[in-house]
Amino acid sequence: MPVDQTDDDQLDRAFTALGDPVRRAMIARLSRGAATVNELAEPFPITKQAVSRHIQVLEAAGLITRSRDGQRRPCRLDPAALEALTSWIDTYRLATEAQYRRLDDVLDTVKEQQR
Amino acid sequence: MNPTTITAPPGVPYLDVVREFDAPPELVFRAHTDRELVARWLGPRGMQTEVVELDARSGGGYRYVHRGREGEFRFRGVFHTVTPDKLIVQTFEYEGRPEQVSLETARFEDVDGRTRLSLHRVFGSVEERDQMVADGMENGVRDSMERLAELLTHRVPAGN
Repeated sequence: MPVDQTDDDQLDRAFTALGDPVRRAMIARLSRGAATVNELAEPFPITKQAVSRHIQVLEAAGLITRSRDGQRRPCRLDPAALEALTSWIDTYRLATEAQYRRLDDVLDTVKEQQR
Repeated sequence: MNPTTITAPPGVPYLDVVREFDAPPELVFRAHTDRELVARWLGPRGMQTEVVELDARSGGGYRYVHRGREGEFRFRGVFHTVTPDKLIVQTFEYEGRPEQVSLETARFEDVDGRTRLSLHRVFGSVEERDQMVADGMENGVRDSMERLAELLTHRVPAGN
């Protein structure tokens, strides 16, 4: 299957965006509903300027959108990002699965030894 | 291959994990309570697990350390109820996030000589749960990247 360069770049940006713990926490917050910049900034001991930069990265990665109307300009998860969020749970599932596959091997080894 | 089912409904501070194993409950239970066996599977891929303490009895406790290139990650908890081959109720705390303690109930159910393991994990808040899943994602992404890197290094031909 040919790799679409645009998709690839988008994926790169999404991966980079999610590679930061502050931005992951922001995505986690937005998974529970829209939030203003101030609301997103609240849990972090960083400047509002730094928070704005994080939001710009998430926006450029196509993970969030900001409404154009009104003073509050709340941030929302992009519908496409909901898919990313699904795969986020999926990645957690894969990490858990990897661990349980090791447990499968341990159980097999012990069963062998008991024979 | 036995699939792992994880349910983390939005807006609630818990998650559920269900997984079946091709071994009887006594054995799966032992793999959760024997320090030598636990060290062989518990923890993120690519990290060494040291079981510092494991006293799997009601009122006992555990303490373990994962070590990898990223550093050390310490976990501890106490066993509230341990019923051999059937049930473990324990607390869980990552020392990097002190005072965020989750409560885990693990049931080992016999299904025709195999085991269905059901884990119910309750967190202090929805935020704590989501943060924990996000931490898991971090490991997962790193695991995937490492596997991808291995694949590219070995130039394994892509499947059709």
